[in-house]
Amino acid sequence: MNGITAYGAYIPRARLSKQSMAETNAWFDAGLKSLGKGERSICNWDEDTITMAVEAASACRAAMGEQSVSALYLASTTFPFLDRQNSVLVAEALNMDRTLRTMDIGGSQRAATSALIALLEGSDETSALLVASEHRRSKAGSRAEMLWGDAAAAVAIGSDNVIAEVLGIETLAVDFVDHYRGDKASFDYGWEDRWIRDEGFMKSVPTAVIALFEKCSVSSEEIDYFILPTDQARTPMGLARKLGIDGDAVVDNQISNVGVTGAAQSILLLVKTLEQAKAGDLILVTGFGQGCDAILLRATKAITDFKPAQGVSRALAARREETNYNKLLSFNNLIERETGKRGEVDKQTYLSGYNRRKDLLTSFIGGKCRECGTVQIPREKYCVNPECNALDSQDDYSFADKTGTVMTWTADRLTFDWNPPAYFGMVQFDGGGKLMMDFTEVEEGSIDSGSKVSVHFRIRQFDPQRGFRKYFWKAVIEE
Amino acid sequence: MASGIKDKVVILGMGCSKFGERWESSPSDLMVEAFEECLGDAGIERDQIEAAWFGAGIDSFNVGSSAMPLAIALRLNYIPVTKVENMCATGTEAFRGAVYAVASGACDIALALGVEKLKDTGYGGLPQRTRGVENDMYWPNLSAPGAFAQLASGYRAKHHLNKDDLKRAMAHVSVKSHANGVKNPKAHLQREITEEQAVNAPFIAEPIGLFDCCGVSDGSACAIVTTPEIARSLGKENLVSVKALQLAVSNGTEASHESWDGSYLKTTRIASQRAYTEADISKPREEITMTEVHDCFSITELVTMEDLQLADEGKGVNAVLDGNFDADGNTPCQIDGGLKCFGHPIGASGLRMIYENYLQLQGRAGARQLDNPKLGLNHNLGGFPHQNICSISIVGPL
Repeated sequence: MNGITAYGAYIPRARLSKQSMAETNAWFDAGLKSLGKGERSICNWDEDTITMAVEAASACRAAMGEQSVSALYLASTTFPFLDRQNSVLVAEALNMDRTLRTMDIGGSQRAATSALIALLEGSDETSALLVASEHRRSKAGSRAEMLWGDAAAAVAIGSDNVIAEVLGIETLAVDFVDHYRGDKASFDYGWEDRWIRDEGFMKSVPTAVIALFEKCSVSSEEIDYFILPTDQARTPMGLARKLGIDGDAVVDNQISNVGVTGAAQSILLLVKTLEQAKAGDLILVTGFGQGCDAILLRATKAITDFKPAQGVSRALAARREETNYNKLLSFNNLIERETGKRGEVDKQTYLSGYNRRKDLLTSFIGGKCRECGTVQIPREKYCVNPECNALDSQDDYSFADKTGTVMTWTADRLTFDWNPPAYFGMVQFDGGGKLMMDFTEVEEGSIDSGSKVSVHFRIRQFDPQRGFRKYFWKAVIEE
Repeated sequence: MASGIKDKVVILGMGCSKFGERWESSPSDLMVEAFEECLGDAGIERDQIEAAWFGAGIDSFNVGSSAMPLAIALRLNYIPVTKVENMCATGTEAFRGAVYAVASGACDIALALGVEKLKDTGYGGLPQRTRGVENDMYWPNLSAPGAFAQLASGYRAKHHLNKDDLKRAMAHVSVKSHANGVKNPKAHLQREITEEQAVNAPFIAEPIGLFDCCGVSDGSACAIVTTPEIARSLGKENLVSVKALQLAVSNGTEASHESWDGSYLKTTRIASQRAYTEADISKPREEITMTEVHDCFSITELVTMEDLQLADEGKGVNAVLDGNFDADGNTPCQIDGGLKCFGHPIGASGLRMIYENYLQLQGRAGARQLDNPKLGLNHNLGGFPHQNICSISIVGPL
């Protein structure tokens, strides 16, 4: 059976103070005050399930070295597109091979663990990426808003260089409706927490886990890490007690610093665990939702030498404090915002034109001239070097992994932007090529000519009239 | 070997509407206002015009496409009319079409008219509009001040200037133009401002503040051109002749090739050098009397002074602060108030600039008349610092 060979994680930089959230809404629900500690991650206006997935998968691939990937599965319950395979867009943003097997897996909070099971049980030749990404909307003033966060995580599954091997897998399928989201609904609808705990978690999880232990001949006290994704703060510990798992093995759900990240939570916590685990540690990963998935992993010696590009700890450290609760409302379309007349311009995407430029728009590919070596973006028919101007002379040249320097910039307060001012400017890439492009998440005073940038796949525009959104690459100032 | 345009065509007459927030005036009203003045100045009948070039910049907020709006507004007699659009160089492009037609001998008398109705958008600044199917997918959503703020940061980085010094010189550019605009009854903005006001105004696109931006106005301007011989035969004296008409269009080098560092306007350097050659000008600082340049933003004017060779590279701040381009300086710039006070109705601006030089050369500029002007240079820049169109026209006595 396959095992885990690499991992990566992404958490949006913006961390919203829960105190500011609680202070805003406590007039309505005084109970929120008890949740008003710490912070949660929030997607910037130009981040979603797709862009976070690209970040996490990119971090995972960077740690994989030369390993090839033959499949990419994307797990989420918040896909931006219901009919347009989201995983293919992620794969193209990562400039992956077109023969890749892709799949979107959703419909449940245990979507990611189910996808992981499918890949672990796949053929030994399979080398796959599982990306779990979640950007859940919740009603203003709800407990969910206080408890949830946004993030993505990725693991690579294969048979070479395994850092966590599989000891066993168990699944229980039960249509227990603790919450649901119908096809026209924007928000989840759920039942009482205590009932979910007693009739859901406390019944489904032990059934699957005890069966798994028996199958693997493992006793509960041997478990070093117990992952149970839930926004119920005390339930994991309660379950550990019931199962005989050591309380210290319970992996914290990060409610106080990220928020619970829905279908991404099991993989995010697995990544966090793999960052800490030592060879021989036993890791129990569960996923709860219409039953329970349970996977027992054991860290191998290879984990000692594994060097992550970005795991949870680094993603957590890339942080920007946010205290304005209105931004959460605004970025998640929970209020009707004034856009000004400049925001009214039609955002139609002309799909045939989009399709022609996908190498630029999605994969961020420019050209390198075979005649003169000039690197350039966008790639046009003639080389841009005035001394060359050769026709059809350019090979693909990826800018997605390049860093660069700000040549010119501004903070534009006239143009429309969801998070004004709009920062944009000319970026000179290390290794050649330059482009006038958007900057995102710029903190005032942090940018000038000479600032270093990296590039990231982000939402460029929404077309609310047609339910479309377009993506492109933006520069982020490196701290 | 081409001999260039110098002294082949003269201006027979010109007209210019009042620029401003002309809420009650349609584009047709503005066109007729400029045209009636122009026709009277030329002293000919409408039916003597054999061909026309019509400049209008933004189809969706102005008169729509094609040359018909001009033909209909002026009731032109089924003559050939060509619509031109080349961003902020549009007005000068209309002029170039008419001048070239006369120079070629294809017609004796031609009309160039530009118009723009910018104040039908419902908001300040230039209209938000599409940049084309593919460009819209990846270009930043840049406003005009946002685009030209890039020039300020590139110029500042190249010449290691501190923000305050550059901002003060930018403020001087605007203070000077406002002082000039006070003396021009056709200007939109006719009031003085102080350097302090300009420096302390809120940012529109850092470091461009409110007073670093030109106005946004409705307006129209036009010219009737002919050959020197015909002008003389019509009894005209004191003729103003076209000395040079040049255009340089970015080919993507600035935007995508490392040879451009963002600190200057490549097209302006190329077009102005070509224009100086065409006009037999070897020492522009001594020979050019006055300039009307594309001061869409104060920083554009400052850098343009260097690109026109009227200031040393990197010394624009000093040249501006020394008053070289003030009304009493070596080479007055925007003696009519410039885009700063006229605003920038895109299709009209180039012709409005030529109109001022024409009046100055004929000694008809009223309170702002310069002593003994010789050569006037007009400069337009359409687009963005990294990708643009530059037109240069030079006019002077025949």
